[in-house]
Amino acid sequence: MADPRIALERVTKTYGAHQALADVSLEIAAGEFVALVGASGSGKTTLLKTINGLITPDGGEVRIEGEAVDALTPHLLRRRIGYVFQEVGLFPHLTVAENISITPKLLGWDKDRRAARAAELLDLVALPQEMGARFPAALSGGQQQRIGVARALAAEPHIVLMDEPFGALDPLTRDALGDDYRALHERLNLSTVMVTHDMTEALLLADRIVVVAHGRVIADGAPQTLAASSDPDVAALLAAPRRQAERLRARLGGAA
Amino acid sequence: MSPQVEAAFSRLPEYLAWHVLLSASALGLGLLISLPLAVAASRNRHIRWPVLAGASLIQTIPSLALLALFFPLLLVISAASEDLLGYGFSALGFLPALLALTLYSMLPIVRNGTTGILSVDPAIIQAAEGVGMTPRQRLFQVELPLAAPVIMAGVRTAAVWTIGAATLSTPVGQTSLGNYIFSGLQTENWVLVLFGCGASALLAMVTDQLLGLIEAGAAKRDIRRAAIGGAGILIGIIVALTPLISFGKPASYVVGAKNFSEQYILAEMIAERIEDLGGDARMKEDLGSAIAYRALASGEIDVYVDYSGTLWANVLNREDNPGRQAVLEELTTELAERDGVLVLGSLGFENAYALAMRQDRATALGIESLDDLARRSGGLTMGGDLEFFARPEWTAINEAYGFDFRARRSFQPTFMFRAVTSGDVDVISAFSSDGRIAADNLVALADPRQALPPYDAVVLIAPDRVNDARLLAALRPLIGSIPVEAMRDANYSVDRDADKLRPVEAARSLSQQLGLD
Repeated sequence: MADPRIALERVTKTYGAHQALADVSLEIAAGEFVALVGASGSGKTTLLKTINGLITPDGGEVRIEGEAVDALTPHLLRRRIGYVFQEVGLFPHLTVAENISITPKLLGWDKDRRAARAAELLDLVALPQEMGARFPAALSGGQQQRIGVARALAAEPHIVLMDEPFGALDPLTRDALGDDYRALHERLNLSTVMVTHDMTEALLLADRIVVVAHGRVIADGAPQTLAASSDPDVAALLAAPRRQAERLRARLGGAA
Repeated sequence: MSPQVEAAFSRLPEYLAWHVLLSASALGLGLLISLPLAVAASRNRHIRWPVLAGASLIQTIPSLALLALFFPLLLVISAASEDLLGYGFSALGFLPALLALTLYSMLPIVRNGTTGILSVDPAIIQAAEGVGMTPRQRLFQVELPLAAPVIMAGVRTAAVWTIGAATLSTPVGQTSLGNYIFSGLQTENWVLVLFGCGASALLAMVTDQLLGLIEAGAAKRDIRRAAIGGAGILIGIIVALTPLISFGKPASYVVGAKNFSEQYILAEMIAERIEDLGGDARMKEDLGSAIAYRALASGEIDVYVDYSGTLWANVLNREDNPGRQAVLEELTTELAERDGVLVLGSLGFENAYALAMRQDRATALGIESLDDLARRSGGLTMGGDLEFFARPEWTAINEAYGFDFRARRSFQPTFMFRAVTSGDVDVISAFSSDGRIAADNLVALADPRQALPPYDAVVLIAPDRVNDARLLAALRPLIGSIPVEAMRDANYSVDRDADKLRPVEAARSLSQQLGLD
């Protein structure tokens, strides 16, 4: 059987007296969309960053497509993995097209191939071609994050990591972008790991939800499986979206 | 245009060229050192404090002192390199000026560079890591471009400081726009001083504006604007430096002068005589008293005029006073033996240190000699030129007479004379050949204990020129042929307020008067 795209084996990380990750093991297959859910300080972002080497674990091993991360050159590893985060971090001194094709440029793609790829990605994230010549400052928040997604996908990675990617957007934009990304995920057969503290978002987008608390995985499964869990923390996390759904149904009538 | 301004303009190409070469080299070298330091300081918290504190510390050293300190330092290094590698270098002129100005330019660049790099948005740094940049790629593709406007603002400040401070390189023997200021100050030629200040300020302003274009170009990502600024700087440097292609070739003879009128006049006379015999002479003016002799001994200048008492005390470190003729003879043998320097002979007059006071005041207090002065000194204020109180002559008369002045003040010589005539001070350290003693109604006090050594003006020749027949032939006629009255008049024609002559004119008129032309 082929190696899983991502494998964590007994990974630990401590900061002083604080245990951010305690003995975490996890396998993520090709095509899976995994949401890492938990309160702030639960260790979910630390977990995400061990996957592309932004954080080095104290113990255990992380493997990407069968290769141990600590044996790989960090910047070469990161060029194989898309990375999207809340603050977006577009380079203000580069045009949108240059931002999108930055990783291909680092990989040494020639100019024509980069231009073609940037054009293709603008289509993919549903933005007009003429936006490529603009600077990021001229874009709305939603447009900026679409560019952020395009940049992450530019070098044709198999894996995309997302850290609260839609957290700073207004609800409408957030919804549209979430749906569009989910469609891209399926079309490109990606493995996506998304950190979020919003259980509703996780339930709506992910195939599999991993709940993290105090540096440990306390639940891991499809949304339906999770709903059957007896763990009080998991139940508490699910209570909010359930209550919201019920109130919405009550207010809007049976149609919702 | 007045002849003074015309004369000032005629020297502008040479002065400006050196000023631009010096400032641009110092700034370029400063950038080369400061940028890596700024990067290192932004990367590593532990070296940030020492680097920034070090750069600030340099800034607290007065710029003139910083320039002056490089002379003895380079002298030591040059001597060491001569011992070890058999090759020495010049401790005067361009090198000390360049090094001091380079240090001086560093603070704004290091500080703005560090701040600029550290203030790049952390999200952008995270993105640079996330897309797979190496630390080096992150620096060159993200951090430096984003910090460029802040760094350029630092470069602008450094440029303005450097161009201003470069005027202070004149006293260490480097030609600059400061030559106008220093010689203008000595001869009370305020037009010249203003001309020098104006030229240097204008240069600083133009440079600042052009660098400002680059800064704005970097901030607004407007390559055209930055290119115009860069091209302006480059063209300006090239145009300013063209005169050096002809000026730059070494003159066959370099004539030194210390920083007062008599020295300017005598140096002009010497230069003129060398040129009359077909030699090519260049002046190196405004040398500090101690620097001048060392420059001669090391061959950086070929000839200059010094005074027997000064050499006796400062070079031979002697405190005794065996009399005028004995001092002269002993100097001639000792300097030849020790440094290979030739004392060609005395010009025929003495320029001794003498304490002088206003005639009316001296009469009123009944002071005629230093003995009388010592008795009255408790109620009097003494003014000296900038070096007087640090000189062995002061120690000597102080020990001999036991002065107890109420206060001591140091002045630039021009202002020292102003101070005694206006009554700000009662006694000053004057020179016996100074025309202002008679003109300002001052009286030189007698020295009955002979505490002050004799000060015959002597022509000194550098070791590698002692057998230069042409040079010696040019200068021999000067020996013994300048009486003190003639020198005093010539000095006064340059120092007086109205109808003043330029040193070169005074030199010509003195030569004519003495039949030396």
